[in-house]
Amino acid sequence: MLLGPALGVSAILFSIGVLGVLIRRSAIIIFMCVELMFNAVNLTFVALAQQLGPDGQVFVFFVMTVAAAEAAVGFAIIIAIYRHKETLDMQDLNLLRG
Amino acid sequence: MLQIVFWFHAGVAIAAAVLCITRRSPVASALWLVVTLFATAVMYVLLDAHFIAAIQVLVYSGAIMVLFLFVIMLLNLGDEVATDMKGWFGRGVGLALAVFVGIEVWVVTRALPVDQIRLPAGELDRMTADQGAVRVVAEPLYTDYLIPFELTAVLLVAAIVGSVVLAKRKV
Repeated sequence: MLLGPALGVSAILFSIGVLGVLIRRSAIIIFMCVELMFNAVNLTFVALAQQLGPDGQVFVFFVMTVAAAEAAVGFAIIIAIYRHKETLDMQDLNLLRG
Repeated sequence: MLQIVFWFHAGVAIAAAVLCITRRSPVASALWLVVTLFATAVMYVLLDAHFIAAIQVLVYSGAIMVLFLFVIMLLNLGDEVATDMKGWFGRGVGLALAVFVGIEVWVVTRALPVDQIRLPAGELDRMTADQGAVRVVAEPLYTDYLIPFELTAVLLVAAIVGSVVLAKRKV
């Protein structure tokens, strides 16, 4: 019976991802932390799918597809920003700060 | 035995995740993230999601991480010297918020599903043995979730067009 432990591990992985987003300034690393959070959510889905039926695994499939699309668009944006600003430091990207 | 393997890989995943968010070089971070993804794939197998584990290794650890490394090397970020961590105040706030989220998620996960909607013990394992690992996922995907599946195709086309337009030098 691994449901409880799996949910706990996924909570810890998700918080590590949140922590990474909050303490790092490089856009690429923040992106990786988002993937880490996706991963934690997928672990939750899989752990509950073991108890509640395989629909949870189908959702993991969708999450992965959306994550792949998000990664492609996100990297296109990152490359465009880098071409404009020559930096990926989020502290320097304050165009919308007003 | 199952428990030992699970906890070992849980420890590996958490340690690699911590290393991923603390390493200075983006390449090292990306490689530690790959370790986390592999350890999670092992946990998927232990939770009877064999097909998802295979997809995790192929799509996540394979395709998406190659994309990460490709962009890091394209932008030549590999040899950054100064740390990009925020100051002590930012780190403190981040740590407090992360601990808060952790406690919150932990508390939410204490509310386990009620017995009425639960499958009998070992049911998913039996289904996998009967139907095969792919069919367990594929059958709901192509029947109950057909419309979301088709919408995913639309989303992917939009993402392809969008990323090509964004990354092109002159639009």
